[in-house]
Amino acid sequence: MAKKSVVILGGGPNRIGQGIEFDYCCVHASMALKEEDYESIMVNCNPETVSTDYDTSTRLYFEPLTIEDVFNIIEYENPLGIIVQFGGQTPLNLAIPLQNRGVKILGTSPDAIDIAEDRERFRVLINKLNIKQSPSGTAISLEQAVTIAQRIGYPVLVRPSYVLGGRAMEIVYDDSGLKEFMEKAIEISEEKPILIDKFLEDAIEIDVDAVCDGKTCIIGGLMEHIEEAGIHSGDSAMVLPAYSLASNIIKEIKEITRKISLTLEVKGLINIQFAVKNKDIYIIEVNPRASRTIPFISKSIGVPLAKLATKIMIGKTLKDLHFTREIIPKYFCVKESVFPFNRFPGVDVILGPEMKSTGEVMGIDTSFEMAYAKSQLAAGQNLPFSGKIFISVKDKDKPVIYSIASQFQKIGFEILTSSGTGQFLKKKGMDVVIIPKIYEGRPNIVDYIKNNEISLIINTPSGKKPRKDIVSIRTIAVERGISLVTTIPGAKATLLAIKKLKEEKVKIKSLQQYYKI
Amino acid sequence: MHTKGYLVLENGQIFSGNIFGAHKKTFGELIFNTSMTGYQEITYDPSYKGQIVVMTYPLIGNYGTNKEDVESYKIHLEGFVVKELSKNPSNWQADISLEELFKKNNVTGIENIDTRKLTLILREQGALKAGIFPADENNFKNMIQETINSPSIVGKDIVKKVIKKEPYWWSKTGKYKVLVIDCGVKYNILQLLAKQNFAVRVIPADYPYQEIIKEKPDGILISNGPGDPQPLDYLVQTLSNLIERYPVFGICLGQQILGMVFGGKIYKLKFGHHGANHPTKTLKTGKIDITVQNHGFCVDINSLKDPNCEITHINLNDGTMEGFRHKKYPAFSVQFHPEASPGPHDANYIFNEFWTMICQKEKT
Amino acid sequence: MPKRKDINRILLIGSGPIIIGQACEFDYSGSQACKALREEGYKVILINSNPATIMTDPEMADITYIEPLIPEVVAGIIKKEKPDALLPTMGGQTALNLTVKLSQMGVLTKYKVHLIGANINAIKKAEDRQLFKSAMIDIGLNVPKSGVAYTLEESLKISSEIGFPIILRPSFTLGGTGGAIVYNIDELKESISKAFDLSLNHEILLEQSVIGWKEFELEVMRDKKDNVVIICSIENFDPMGIHTGDSITVAPAQTLTDKEYQNMRDAAIKIIREVGVETGGSNIQFAINPQNGEMVVIEMNPRVSRSSALASKATGFPIAKIAAKLAIGYTLDEIPNDITKKTPACFEPTIDYCVVKIPKFNFEKFPKSKPCLNTSMKSVGEIMSIGRTFKEALQKGIRSLESGYCGLEEKKLNMELESGLKNPIPERLFYIREAFKKGYSINKIYQITFIDPWFLYNLKEIFDTEIEIQKYKNSEIPMELFKKAKEYGFSDKHIAKILGQKEENIYNLRKKYNIKVEYKMVDTCAGEFEAQTPYYYSTYEQNSIIEETK
Repeated sequence: MAKKSVVILGGGPNRIGQGIEFDYCCVHASMALKEEDYESIMVNCNPETVSTDYDTSTRLYFEPLTIEDVFNIIEYENPLGIIVQFGGQTPLNLAIPLQNRGVKILGTSPDAIDIAEDRERFRVLINKLNIKQSPSGTAISLEQAVTIAQRIGYPVLVRPSYVLGGRAMEIVYDDSGLKEFMEKAIEISEEKPILIDKFLEDAIEIDVDAVCDGKTCIIGGLMEHIEEAGIHSGDSAMVLPAYSLASNIIKEIKEITRKISLTLEVKGLINIQFAVKNKDIYIIEVNPRASRTIPFISKSIGVPLAKLATKIMIGKTLKDLHFTREIIPKYFCVKESVFPFNRFPGVDVILGPEMKSTGEVMGIDTSFEMAYAKSQLAAGQNLPFSGKIFISVKDKDKPVIYSIASQFQKIGFEILTSSGTGQFLKKKGMDVVIIPKIYEGRPNIVDYIKNNEISLIINTPSGKKPRKDIVSIRTIAVERGISLVTTIPGAKATLLAIKKLKEEKVKIKSLQQYYKI
Repeated sequence: MHTKGYLVLENGQIFSGNIFGAHKKTFGELIFNTSMTGYQEITYDPSYKGQIVVMTYPLIGNYGTNKEDVESYKIHLEGFVVKELSKNPSNWQADISLEELFKKNNVTGIENIDTRKLTLILREQGALKAGIFPADENNFKNMIQETINSPSIVGKDIVKKVIKKEPYWWSKTGKYKVLVIDCGVKYNILQLLAKQNFAVRVIPADYPYQEIIKEKPDGILISNGPGDPQPLDYLVQTLSNLIERYPVFGICLGQQILGMVFGGKIYKLKFGHHGANHPTKTLKTGKIDITVQNHGFCVDINSLKDPNCEITHINLNDGTMEGFRHKKYPAFSVQFHPEASPGPHDANYIFNEFWTMICQKEKT
Repeated sequence: MPKRKDINRILLIGSGPIIIGQACEFDYSGSQACKALREEGYKVILINSNPATIMTDPEMADITYIEPLIPEVVAGIIKKEKPDALLPTMGGQTALNLTVKLSQMGVLTKYKVHLIGANINAIKKAEDRQLFKSAMIDIGLNVPKSGVAYTLEESLKISSEIGFPIILRPSFTLGGTGGAIVYNIDELKESISKAFDLSLNHEILLEQSVIGWKEFELEVMRDKKDNVVIICSIENFDPMGIHTGDSITVAPAQTLTDKEYQNMRDAAIKIIREVGVETGGSNIQFAINPQNGEMVVIEMNPRVSRSSALASKATGFPIAKIAAKLAIGYTLDEIPNDITKKTPACFEPTIDYCVVKIPKFNFEKFPKSKPCLNTSMKSVGEIMSIGRTFKEALQKGIRSLESGYCGLEEKKLNMELESGLKNPIPERLFYIREAFKKGYSINKIYQITFIDPWFLYNLKEIFDTEIEIQKYKNSEIPMELFKKAKEYGFSDKHIAKILGQKEENIYNLRKKYNIKVEYKMVDTCAGEFEAQTPYYYSTYEQNSIIEETK
């Protein structure tokens, strides 16, 4: 008697926004099926991966992930069902067409996935559950878009529907920005509308991943972003457990997560992104599938969430799997992103709603500061102990930068600034050296950088179109490998990390030891 | 435009494809070769006389054919089976396409065949008799019958069909004179001997031993060749008469003859060894060479009971005998092809060993 | 030779975060190595900063460190864990660079850590351009003319000796970072300072350009008894001048005669011996002058690489796993071939299909960057496809990319045809198709692209088939043509697009004609031996057995 088999659809080629995390999840799905005595059948076409190793699955089909190629395999193998939750957007895009051809999709129903991805259906759900969402609208013309933006107020976050990795997502600050976006965007999404959300400036962003068996939902992890909302979650640094959020907020976010999961009858994994502003919790998006943070959380809490999710898809409950309580680590785990800017000379390095990172690293320690420091070191960011820091921030950031700058000064750094930032700090009584920007005289900031006199740059971009000279400061810094911080929360965390590193040595501990804490 | 054609197996299975080269039917023992390069050398190898060769690598003819990569004076195999024949070869050396070469040599090939399926059939059932028929014949029953009735290579002397009748010099200069008993010798054997500084003279397989003695050789090489060694008593006889006098080196069929001289038994392998990736272990050193092989028959490793015979090489894939030497006489042989062409050069050093053996004999 | 008994604890260094030029292939190799070493009873201590990997799963190694991959931290781990050996060849350039640093810091000597897999001298000889070049000349192999410069003055002097165009290659970098092709002195001056900065030891190689030559790679393995085997040959569809990570590549090599291939094989064996990679795998790149077959050695990676991951998947031969076993003292003949189980790993895989790798780019994420390819790698991922012919594998590959193409189809092109052909941009395939449409000859396209005519001819055959299909816009496509299209790798969707129909109709017609997809096995041996490991690809073979009468 042949064993029951399950087809796992892989993630296809790596790209920004869909990388190794999804391979990790697919491999775990295969392991889980084997553990439960099912045959696992992997379909993928990416030769770099573990999922396409010949002994990962019971059978491996090295094939394109298209309807035709996948359906051919299904006709040939006649599996119990297929798993589409783990390979990122690639298999999700195939879910409904395959279901229409009579293929059984295991786990969360394609309909639930559709609710999460369809704007209108999602709004109905959110309203029903009484959850806040930032004001928004959809537009298929520039006029419509302008009307909506003016109604909800700039800045707004705009994007085409059905995209992963924040493709073509932008924050626009005025009508002209919106016009520019609409011109570019129409090409990308054709008949699909443009989504416009009120952008929540300076909000704290939160990612939650949970596992649900349709009846019970257990939080895998709640991650607080270091950078403010507006930067793609794939590009932000995150910390688990949260390091600054109030406990009642955390509690409420988890409650909302459970509510949504159970309403959607999620069988498997779900990821929800939130923004917190002025103690209000807004929902940003819901992804009823494995997110890119699953491996990070699994490493942090020592529980293989993707495996559990797979077992749920073939009928197990969380109780069967003995995962009935959230695990909150007694140490801090920081995820930091790694960017390919050095490959694309001249491209501005600021972060935004479109994902740009290719990979990630993790820093673990019993203190947040050290965990963050480790994540920076792992990401190749130098954390200097002394030297000159160049600071140039937008007006809004000036009040906050004062305390950061003065603390840097206190621990022995020399502060160089642009004229605007410098004047502000001088007024506050700080002793700083103002140096010219590129077109303002010599030696200017670029000369300093090239002479290796700068050890750290803090430069927050002003919201609108950045000036050319500012862009070149950033690109030169990247080319020269000088540490560059482009957000205020990032600057704060960097300060804490440097302070910590000056106080104590990096301590190492194995993952297995951390789990015993 | 290519004409349709059929590849018919004696077991009744028929594949359809497109004929290339000569528009005529042909028969032979169907075997598969797993080399990914070197199709031109393979077609010229006299050892394939009587055989239709299936190339397991699907894309054949890519680099065309040229005037340098010839291993004998003509194409010897009976037919050629490929998945996809390249119509537009590309290589700086390319002279004419494989298809044109086949036409010139009046040899039939068939393409667009599921060569993997065919290979699996041969792996399961062993080498089969087969025929290639252009599609103007379409009575399958007759074609199958004709294939069944076609001659088998087992028990036949087909060496005489491929060799030159008269002795000739390959190279007249060299420190030692080696006589090559031609059973279907590949040119690269002769070339490597010459490179080793041998004067090389080629004599036909049925050359009498008395005449050989008159040639006053310093050493004798008995070459590769096609088919079943068992009917070749005359060669066993010749070699028995020479073995005490001259250093002897056997290659492939040559090893089988030498094996028979020392009482070895011959048997037919299921589908033979035909490829360029056979790991062969030198027992004395434990070193592995990737060797080129092309044989359907082989000396039973357990049949060489003569205590003076020492097994020197074995095949790591199936443990078959790949080489032996005689402890008393200066004689040794290998089942693989040290001359390669096509295939890896790992075993070229064997020619050097032959040289050393002759040098040592000289000293004594 | 049995495995080493003098070592027990082995430190394995991962490759860190996914970056361009160093992606999840090292999770694959590291995971295989972990499994292989633990299977043999060794205790594996692993360090990698990347949490998204399988290798950092707590069950993979005995002791797992998710810590920064910097010398001080690794030194700390060595101090704490006291490994007997360090295997540096599984974690890409990151692990090799770290190992060199640790050796320079004296950490390895202090804590008596044996390097297994590759020794420091071999790493240096392969990685240091000058040492490598002179090693090649010592063993009688040709290399492109070149010189090493540490200053601008030196580089100007060298450039006058070798002549433009010149390739700049900084030493000790990742995936050719900072590599550039310069055509004149101004461009040289412009690029050189950046190149110096990127080199860890401030050293640049200026090299005679062999742009337009055919490019090949061999994956080589060696054991400590000096047995050497070639696992796979790879031919680049895109000629020299484009980073191999950004090139479409094909396995096995397609356009080399056996003599040329064996010559390359001999060279590869000489190289791995000369460089002194005692055990494990290496990737060696060659260029061949298409006019006269002249061969030059380009470079060598003394470790598992992106190409070895590809070669493993292309042949079924698990290079990383075997490399790990060789590192602990086994010889190739002592390790079974996992796929056949019965035959040893000491052999050269032979395949009976064609493999195509196509890189995936994300230029759209960086709006100001030019989508132009050169010797600095830009691709963020890749796909591999398998078919019985190059045409089938290529078209399957194109649709695997998820870039909106369902085959070598008609696409709106943004550039002038000639510049699209001239610039090695990611969409060059579609410009070639357009060139056919405009009636360009293969030779003319070759003169612009230097893509070997054999490949171009195959693309032409795909294009010609498209034209044939077009004739049936208003009638049913005949079965023979349909079969041929499927054999050439046309997807239902592509055929549907050509005919202006729905994909579903084509699917239904395929069913009606009873044209069946087949799954063939990847077995390392072209069917010669029975294989145990089920690893498949789809193909269409129209002329299977038509009659069976007993």
